[in-house]
Amino acid sequence: MPFTETVGAATIESLAYVGGLARLTGGAARAVFIAPFQGKKFHFGRAVHQAMSVGVEALPITSLISFFVGTILALNAAYELRKFGALHLVASAVAVSMTRELGPLMTAIVVIGRSGSAFAAEIGTMKVNEEIDAMETMALEPVPFLVAPKFLAMILMVPCLTCWADFMGVLGGGLFGVMTAGFTWGTYIQATLDSLMTHDILNGLLKAMMFGLVITAVGCQEGFATGLGSEQVGRSTTEAVVKSIFLVVMVDLIFTTLFYITAAH
Amino acid sequence: MSTPPKPNLTPAKASSNAAISVRNLRVKYGEREILHGINFEVPSGETMVILGGSGSGKSTLLRTLVGLEKPSSGEIWIQGKDFASISDEDRDQLRKKMGMSFQGGALFGSMTVGENVALPLREHTPLDESTIEIMVRLKLDQVGLSGFENYMPAQLSGGMKKRAAIARALAMDPEVLFFDEPSAGLDPIIAAGIDELILKLKKAFRITIVVVTHELASAFLIADRMIVLDKGVIVADDTSQNLQKSTQPRVRQFLDRVPEPELTGEIDYLQMLTGDIPPQRQ
Repeated sequence: MPFTETVGAATIESLAYVGGLARLTGGAARAVFIAPFQGKKFHFGRAVHQAMSVGVEALPITSLISFFVGTILALNAAYELRKFGALHLVASAVAVSMTRELGPLMTAIVVIGRSGSAFAAEIGTMKVNEEIDAMETMALEPVPFLVAPKFLAMILMVPCLTCWADFMGVLGGGLFGVMTAGFTWGTYIQATLDSLMTHDILNGLLKAMMFGLVITAVGCQEGFATGLGSEQVGRSTTEAVVKSIFLVVMVDLIFTTLFYITAAH
Repeated sequence: MSTPPKPNLTPAKASSNAAISVRNLRVKYGEREILHGINFEVPSGETMVILGGSGSGKSTLLRTLVGLEKPSSGEIWIQGKDFASISDEDRDQLRKKMGMSFQGGALFGSMTVGENVALPLREHTPLDESTIEIMVRLKLDQVGLSGFENYMPAQLSGGMKKRAAIARALAMDPEVLFFDEPSAGLDPIIAAGIDELILKLKKAFRITIVVVTHELASAFLIADRMIVLDKGVIVADDTSQNLQKSTQPRVRQFLDRVPEPELTGEIDYLQMLTGDIPPQRQ
């Protein structure tokens, strides 16, 4: 196949994939925000169950990773800053990097590993076991029943987890600041608060919400795309993780660029 | 260009008491036609068994009847409505009057048996929880699974899973019930129990039943009428008594369990699936 044809086919395939994600997200959003006002049932209990699984159960690992990332950031920042005698700026470097970038991104990666893969495996197994077909024959639509509760749980819990990750990252940086940079916990927290602007936190949370949306859509789409046979569930799970990481980084790039452009004006 | 075999049965004339009427049904997977103009009727309250070997198209036919596959052309009249062309809302309404028992049960693994049976009631009826609980116990009792409400599907044996799936299919008191290979993978005693259950349901509730199977003993026991599918075409449509005396070569081969010559390649396999004549052999 000529190069241009290959590129063209890959582009069409990618656009179709993104279109599928948008359709799935639209269906889930309709089931969460519109259908309940049209007298249709929303499975709130399932959303709470998902929120527990996506958010609360992810707290320990998110805390640990964010704490370490905060410490690593402080170490790296201090390595350069001490050359200029500006070690006191470590707190700002950690705070801004965590809230704008690493808090949302590290949280997203934890959520992809825990929940995005689980969504693909759950729906994929249901597909292989004909449970999705069974739902259809019972006049139950899979998107409102399976995807919508995950969608709501993710757009609420990923920003919450990100907030917590930001806090733990700051604590991780603080540990370094207090132990080696001459801060007390009080001065470190004060320096962090002084360096943060509201929009730093809001930008991070908006990104986190978008990441939640992307992870849900990719995990569920890969689950629904599972072919016949149990080995296909493994394939879907791997695809969900790889594609989610790629798309989360893409969304991150797009939003960071937008924030940069809007801040410049 | 290959020519699909012509259906050998003329379109059914819809009789007034037909619960299901299929007319000139064709189904394609991509460019390849799997069902080549299927016609049959299932009178209300009767049990129709769809027989056929592997790859004959019987599972595709069943999936099309319950709306999991879209026909490329033709009509599927169920309870007086053309299932193939009605709106999504009407299809959902009609599906509430239908029950389907899948080959592996297709019970939701994350729910208990009781929750599986309760699901359609919770989703489609305004019944309160205590009434649903009573209904679930009744349905499980009907299939001989009293007291198993709190078991997870993974804790059940193969036969019990099928019974639980039948209880779920019965939850909405369906007028039409579909079974996909109800006794496949079960030992003869458990399979006989499932056959007995199907007969009991038919007698007790006068439900119209469609069963896809290749288990001959089971088929002759439960069927009022049978159709035999071969390469996407109906080769016989008769009562079970008459079918046993059939002289149609493919029916005789199937009933007498005469082995087929082994397939020698992909083209042979596709030809078996679709009835297409391979181009190089024309």
